[in-house]
Amino acid sequence: MDAVYSIIPAGVLSQIFVGLSRTTILFIVASGLTLILGVLRIPNVAHGSLYMIGAFTAFTVTKLAGGGSAGFWTALVIAPLVVALISLIAERGMFQFLYEREHLMLLLLTFAFSLVFGDLVKLVWGGEYKSVPVPHIFQGFVPLFGGLPFPRYNLFLLIAGPVVAILLYLLTNKTKMGKIARAAAVDREMVGAVGINVSRVFATVFVIGCYLAGLGGVLVAPTVSVTLGMDHNLIIEAFLIVIIGGLGNIWGALLGALIFGLTQSLGILIWPKFGIIFPYLAVVVVLLFRPTGLLKSTW
Amino acid sequence: MSRKTIWGLGAGIIVLLLCPLFLPRFYVYLVSIILLYGLLATSLNLVLGYGGIYQFHHAVFYGVGAYGTTLMLTKTGLPAIFAFIAGPLVSAAFGLVLGIICIRLSKLYFGMLQISLGSLVWAIVYRWYSFTGGDDGIHGIPMPEMLSSPKSAYYFTLIITLVSLFIMWKIIRSPFGSALQGIRDNPVRSEMIGINVRMHQLLSLVLAGFFAGVAGSLFVVVDNTVFPDMLFWTLSLEIVIMCLLGGGFTFLGPRLGAAVIIALRTFVSTYTDYWALVLGIIMMLVIFFLPNGILGYVEEKFKRGFVEPEIEER
Repeated sequence: MDAVYSIIPAGVLSQIFVGLSRTTILFIVASGLTLILGVLRIPNVAHGSLYMIGAFTAFTVTKLAGGGSAGFWTALVIAPLVVALISLIAERGMFQFLYEREHLMLLLLTFAFSLVFGDLVKLVWGGEYKSVPVPHIFQGFVPLFGGLPFPRYNLFLLIAGPVVAILLYLLTNKTKMGKIARAAAVDREMVGAVGINVSRVFATVFVIGCYLAGLGGVLVAPTVSVTLGMDHNLIIEAFLIVIIGGLGNIWGALLGALIFGLTQSLGILIWPKFGIIFPYLAVVVVLLFRPTGLLKSTW
Repeated sequence: MSRKTIWGLGAGIIVLLLCPLFLPRFYVYLVSIILLYGLLATSLNLVLGYGGIYQFHHAVFYGVGAYGTTLMLTKTGLPAIFAFIAGPLVSAAFGLVLGIICIRLSKLYFGMLQISLGSLVWAIVYRWYSFTGGDDGIHGIPMPEMLSSPKSAYYFTLIITLVSLFIMWKIIRSPFGSALQGIRDNPVRSEMIGINVRMHQLLSLVLAGFFAGVAGSLFVVVDNTVFPDMLFWTLSLEIVIMCLLGGGFTFLGPRLGAAVIIALRTFVSTYTDYWALVLGIIMMLVIFFLPNGILGYVEEKFKRGFVEPEIEER
């Protein structure tokens, strides 16, 4: 193990793992965003708000279930479903009537939703910080490479990310539903013409995408303080990830999240105060060479 | 312009000139804010409505203009006039740089990248305590004697706004403006007849940045403060809504939209903390029931040339 440390200092190594844990959250949220962008072509500004609602719902569910480990697992199941339900209502109630209109209108509608959701969260949960306890089996640290303490919960995140990626891959490539959705992304009218209910396909994709936002919110909840405004930072980051990955490409979202998470965590080592600029620099560099993202966009 | 329009505008300007004589102090302040937000929304409309470019993060240029002016006033000993020139020029330079990075991308890509890069500017302003004052912003900015009373600030704002609007109106009516609208309606054809599409779009972004910077400097004059929220992305989308509410493709629409939103915000905020909720609901209603904005609706209803010479050309 000394060999590892002689190549990479311990501090850098631990930052890499912190970055990878962050990558998981970013990927889960961004994959939902990119799914909606790819198929429905909606730049969903409210995605961050759904993530925030997911985190706040996780807080409430955990509390209602007694605050122990069982609470977290219940929240992991219920909170994303709550978010999905909210998005289903929004889609059936409003978005479905606007698909023919300009992107600008759709973007503004999602922005309107993000304003409304933001204030509703304030109304329901108030402005104070909330915290969700880490479930019992993931408390404490595991030694990595012989000595580096690494939070168990982050290890769980590192496993959760790939699992979600694989499930999404199977969903979009191996199921009939996924294939129809991909076809609808390319040529909506043709899919409608062969007798498929495109509206229902769109609704399903929208709900799945939002479910992922909620899932990201639940997973992040034990690692951060759940607070108003957590939606704003995240939506900007998710936008960037989706852009550098290629709009609508799930693997692109993974790659983008990886670039973003790592430059963010390592940037802090290089320049503590303005570490935040490194991911943005990475984005600019990527776009100078590949203006439409690293991987193929579905557009 | 029809004779009627000229009379209407003249009357409007006279009312605005007389405003401070009979309005209480708070309302003079409010009208100044409405004027400069109107300028801001109009400058966005230059690229969004006439250029068809998805400028989603316009507030960056507004904020940068304000900070540019402020920092010149507080950190250097140069006469104030330089500060008021520097602010908009810095904004224009930002417009150029962000434009060069983003312009190669089309429509939605452009908008999303701009939101993201603009947020970087916000994040830097927010954290750079020693230079920008961080999240507190800068308060009590010293003004030259001439502009220190609310009334003089009001007249300064009014004059600069009117001059800026006149210049923008001229720009839109110029060959450049026509080319810009041609690009909006059909970029491929414009390219074919020999218009340099990228150059035109870039120039329009720089101009829009400049006038947003003017609005930012005016805010410093009226309010004597700057704060990072001036370049937060939610404000940008609020400006887009102002354009849309007033009427996206009309010259005076964004001014009207700005007036409505600012007035509503002021009055709603006295009753409740949940202004964002109200704004969100207004936005939904506008998107569903007033897609062409207030002026668009009036135009449709009365089918007579209101203040809408542009529609005929399209």
